[in-house]
Amino acid sequence: MIERTPLLNTATYAVLILGALSVFVPLWLVYVGATLTVREINIPELHLFPGDHLVENLQAAWARGHLGGRLANSLIMSLGVATGKVVMSAITAFGLVYFRFPGRMLIFWMIFITLMLPLEVRIVPTYAVAANALWPFQSILDATGLSTVIAALTGVQVALEWNLLNSYTGLILPLIATATGTFLYRQFFLTVPDELLEAARMDGAGPFRFLTEFLLPLSRANMAALFTIMFLYAWNQYLWPLLATPDRAGFGTTSVVELKMLAPTVSTNGGGTPDWNVAMAGCLIVMLPPLLLVAFMQRYFVRGLIATEK
Amino acid sequence: MAAVTLRRVKKNYGSTTVVHGVDLEINAGEFVVILGPSGCGKSTLLRMIAGLEAITDGEIAIGEKIVNTLEPRERGCAMVFQNYALYPHMTVAENIGYALKVAGLAKAERQARIKAVGDMLGLTEFLERKPMQLSGGQRQRVAMGRAMIREPDVFLYDEPLSNLDARLRVAMRVEIRRLHQRLGTTSLFVTHDQVEAMTLADRIVVMNKGVIEQVGTPDDVYHRPASTYVAGFVGSPGLNLLHATVDRGAQSIRFKDGQSLALDQAQYTTLPDGPIVFGFRAEQTQLVEQGGLKITSSFNEALGSSRLLHGLLADEEAVISIPGDQPFSVASSINVTIPAKAMHFFDAESGRRIG
Repeated sequence: MIERTPLLNTATYAVLILGALSVFVPLWLVYVGATLTVREINIPELHLFPGDHLVENLQAAWARGHLGGRLANSLIMSLGVATGKVVMSAITAFGLVYFRFPGRMLIFWMIFITLMLPLEVRIVPTYAVAANALWPFQSILDATGLSTVIAALTGVQVALEWNLLNSYTGLILPLIATATGTFLYRQFFLTVPDELLEAARMDGAGPFRFLTEFLLPLSRANMAALFTIMFLYAWNQYLWPLLATPDRAGFGTTSVVELKMLAPTVSTNGGGTPDWNVAMAGCLIVMLPPLLLVAFMQRYFVRGLIATEK
Repeated sequence: MAAVTLRRVKKNYGSTTVVHGVDLEINAGEFVVILGPSGCGKSTLLRMIAGLEAITDGEIAIGEKIVNTLEPRERGCAMVFQNYALYPHMTVAENIGYALKVAGLAKAERQARIKAVGDMLGLTEFLERKPMQLSGGQRQRVAMGRAMIREPDVFLYDEPLSNLDARLRVAMRVEIRRLHQRLGTTSLFVTHDQVEAMTLADRIVVMNKGVIEQVGTPDDVYHRPASTYVAGFVGSPGLNLLHATVDRGAQSIRFKDGQSLALDQAQYTTLPDGPIVFGFRAEQTQLVEQGGLKITSSFNEALGSSRLLHGLLADEEAVISIPGDQPFSVASSINVTIPAKAMHFFDAESGRRIG
């Protein structure tokens, strides 16, 4: 739209400023909150300017929330999920776009349908599987009566068990499958001209080389965008880590789940004075890694968006 | 260098047949141009030889080897694509050398060969650039280099010049011809441009609707077109084609408006009685004051040295070439004669040449 009238300009700016404020004001309040004392934050009037207790609040949050270990957990989980998603979706889309095999469309639609089944919807079965990854096999054995047969023949009671709770595998694996990423890659692969594939075939490149030496280098911008989005998605996960890490003392949990523990409620601080200032300081710390990632990765995918190599 | 042999090669897409059992023999070292309009199956034919399309029926042999089921890389062909299909993320050197890299050649040898090919094509100073930074002609050269470096048995060109501007097209045409003279590699060149076909080919294969209409040298195709289709397609302008009737009693052919043209003895003996299609070239007519065939002019195209005069001959469109300095006026009558050896006769039903 190339239209420039003073009225339209004003309206456009108003919308932009409103949007910026709605993002920035809460962040500012978090920052201000993190710089106050317990007393200051609990008086009814709203503080709009920072105090000078930032460092001690940060230290308190860090110590109370065991944030060192929790951040490491979050980082490992998010890197694992983001990497896993990028790899999985690239390979899946490669298979769907470049190979003709029976049931291709069926598989495509099955992946499509998973868009309607986010983790929150399938949380109970997912938990059951994570608690014992071999449970589906055990069920099959039980249902078919095979386990009774085996028990009768050998005297061994079959009880398959592989617990994924309180492990990085358990945190990461259930989140790795991604329909969104698969579609992103599929759309990108569909835009790659057929001649490129044909020229590569004439030059003797097989499917694996075509994937690693053509598609992946060409989709770098895509990859950066997908990785960033998926990292944020994994970092912000709350429900799954909450369930999958019951052993708080041993394995711990992720930083976002821990943040909930920092928030003063009857259960977390036993009805004492609510120290929101520490909770806000915790927020600041936990927000930092994704913020840095976006700031760093932005260069790559913005460059990818403006300089389309064709 | 290898011969390429096609035996009853057929291609179906579902229930539509796009190539109807083509037989073709290409000798080792020959430059053959496949000429035809878009959709005639010429590119499909080339892609089947390359191995990019499976053939439905028949047999393709490169050298002695039947290649029907071989992968493209096992056929010893190299291909130049219409839109170059350069690898956008690789430098020119990497583009050219990619086939050697896949083949597992040592880096030193690869670089030596890339340099040799780059020198031959005048790309030396562009080797480190990306294809994006090159002009159309340079990209075209890179595409050629990529094909050349493998020293293939057969070069396949799929309309490689159609994305270039007119001047560059002529220059690249000359370059391709020179390259062929130097390397002597069997080459197959697909195009819809009859000038390209005439200038490049040792032999031209004219295709129409999935069948070969004629195979012959440029002279053959131009001077003795095998069918009305070839006659109309080759030459600029194409052969004039007029409906007429042979009257053996009067030793002449008669046009629809009653004009007639005398036949000489040789023609008279070979032609059957009845309807035929008569053809002649615009540039093989002679203007006369009186007699001959009468053409009513409608408009003209000035080409400088000559003038193409469009008009009606016996109510059918005809074009003749007149000297550039000859004046032109609309709706005037022009009389021309046609030498006996410039006359072409085709069967009215099948369109095949009969004399």
